[in-house]
This record gives sequence, C-alpha cells and structure tokens, in this order.
Amino acid sequence: MKTKIFRAGLVALALLPLAVSAIPAHEGHAHAAAPSGAEARLGTLAISGAYVRATLPNAPVAGGYLTIANSGAEADRLLSVQSPAAGRSEIHEMKMEGEVMKMRPLPGGLEIPAGASVALEPGGLHLMFMKLTAPFAEGTTVPVTLTFEKAGAVELALPVAPATAEDHGQHEDQP
Amino acid sequence: MSLRTIRIALWVAVAGFAVLATLAYFFVKVPAPGQGGIGGGDYALTTGSGAAFTPASLQGKPSMLFFGFTHCPQVCPTTLSEMAVWYEELGAEGEKLNAFFVSVDPERDTPAVVEDYVRAVSDKVTAVTGSPDQVAAMTKAWGAFAEKVPLEDGDYTMDHTASVYLIDGQGQFQGTIAYGEGSGPALEKLRRLIAKG
Repeated sequence: MKTKIFRAGLVALALLPLAVSAIPAHEGHAHAAAPSGAEARLGTLAISGAYVRATLPNAPVAGGYLTIANSGAEADRLLSVQSPAAGRSEIHEMKMEGEVMKMRPLPGGLEIPAGASVALEPGGLHLMFMKLTAPFAEGTTVPVTLTFEKAGAVELALPVAPATAEDHGQHEDQP
Repeated sequence: MSLRTIRIALWVAVAGFAVLATLAYFFVKVPAPGQGGIGGGDYALTTGSGAAFTPASLQGKPSMLFFGFTHCPQVCPTTLSEMAVWYEELGAEGEKLNAFFVSVDPERDTPAVVEDYVRAVSDKVTAVTGSPDQVAAMTKAWGAFAEKVPLEDGDYTMDHTASVYLIDGQGQFQGTIAYGEGSGPALEKLRRLIAKG
C-alpha cells in the first residue's frame, strides 16, 4: 500500500505541470471573425484570416495574425516568417501571468498537428514584425513569406487592419 | 499501474492543484485598496508636453494609470484604444477623470516619442516618461512589474503589468481594470471611481 501511495504521489507530481499550465485563462478564443484576411493553400495546409495591425506613430513593431489548418495525416511546423517590410520577423507567444504580460519568441517554430488548426490571434500566438522599414498603414498590404518544414514556403499579402481594431479575442462578454 | 493507483494519483494531483491555486490567488493578486502602501514613494517624471509629473499629479481628480511602451504590438495600443472608448462612453463625466500612459521603456521612449504615440489614439490620455531611475522609482511605488527581455540582435522587449490602475482624487490606489476585462465592468469601476472623487 505504501509503495502504491508513493507511486501515486509520483504520478501526481508528473501531472501537476499539466494542471498548472491550465491556469492562465486570459487567452482569448477566436469566436469573433477576424477582419477578412488573406488566404492561401499549401499542400495539406490551409491558411486563412491572415492580417497585420497598423502601427501607431513611433511604434516600429507590429503583430500579425492568421489561422493554419492542417488536413494532412502528418504534423508540419511553421519554421519562420519573413517580410521585406520588417528588419526582423519572428513567431511569438504572448501570455498573461497574473497581471503581467509576457512575450517570448518561439525559436523552434510552431507545430501544426495533423488534422488540427492553430490560430495565431490577439492575446496569444502571433507573428511579430520588428524594425519596420516603414509604418504599417491601414488599407495597404504587407508581403509575408511563411516557411513550413514539410509544405515549403508560401507568400501572402496581408491586409493592414486598424491599429486600434477591437481585440475580439479578449472580449468574451460580447456576442 | 492499477486503476486504483491512477485514481489516487489524480486525487493527489487535484489536491496539489488546489493548494497551488490558493497560493497563486494570495500571492499573484494585486494588493487590495489601502494595502501595503501601494502608490507610496517619490518620483519625478515628465509628461509628453514637458510638464513635471510627480505623485501630486495623481491628486485632485481620480486617475487611470497604465504602464506600457511604444515597442508593444498589442496590449498597449489595445489598452489605449479602450481608454478612448471609455472616455466616449463616460461623456461629460469623463471630464472628472485623468488618464496617464507611463512608459516603462524610457531608453527608447523620449517625451516626444511617447507623446506622438499616445496622441494618435486619444487626446484625453497624458503621456509620461522620464529617466530610467525615476521610471523605476514610479513602477516600484505602484508595485508594477517591468523587465527588459533581450531578443536576438541586441534588441529587447518588455514584460510589464498590463492592468489599468485606478486611483482616487487623493492619490490612493482603489483597484485595477484587468487587461481584456471588457468595457461593461470597466465602466462600472470608472463610474464608481468618479463618484468617489
């Protein structure tokens, strides 16, 4: 019996991180349609709702958002993002830890599991464009190349949505 | 491993999670009003128009206080635009409320830079920045978190408290509006703050 409880304790310890990782409940859910964005198909991958946000004055950074659906039988991985409009482009994750906003690059890229859909949306995963060559102006488009491990590369023209566009993912009280 | 072991393990995990969640509740929460001297301390910063900003600037009228920076792709523009929307909703009542956007990245955010950034969204929100020492003194005074996170190429971003602080007309901390809380509860808190004065 003792060993059983001991073993149970070990399993519990192993499970704890899972439980803890479920704590930040701040991340939004994409129940509201993103501004009608760019679309593309690449092998078994379908990219939809892709857009970037316009920048405010003096802000040389911008966020990009899109959904990637993988209808294939194998997982793929978004390895990198590139744009001639930015000195550097990365895949980032934003997280609320308590009241603190934390943002981190995902150097290993982002897995798109087989048969699954991964949303990059305000409040969570996003494309991060830095050292912009010029401000992102509403109504224009920004060329962006996404490179996947298996499917290869695809270029999209991402429409620029207003800088202060409603952050749908964060407003769960709205219809 | 028997089913029984798994069942016990799961219950132990649940208990452990409950303990952690309880601890998190007590340690992660921003202190309640009047607690722990939040807002105490001295600091001298500058507004975007070049005026002095000190603890006295948070007295007279109730205030909203937000700590952000211009190299911020999402939380800061969103919060600024929410403040603009709240002012619209408050109408004339909004005249009794100040709002401050304090940069936690003073190395890049000079008064002119942060002024342009804020002014693009709202003429009701005052931009504030200062020397790194004085900005640090102010974040410390308000218990706000701000930390540089290095990126490649010598670039960096900031982790920062994303809540809007609510301060009464005596400069006392009254609570916060959490990021993404929604305009319904936010307006309720602001109306209560304005009524208190």
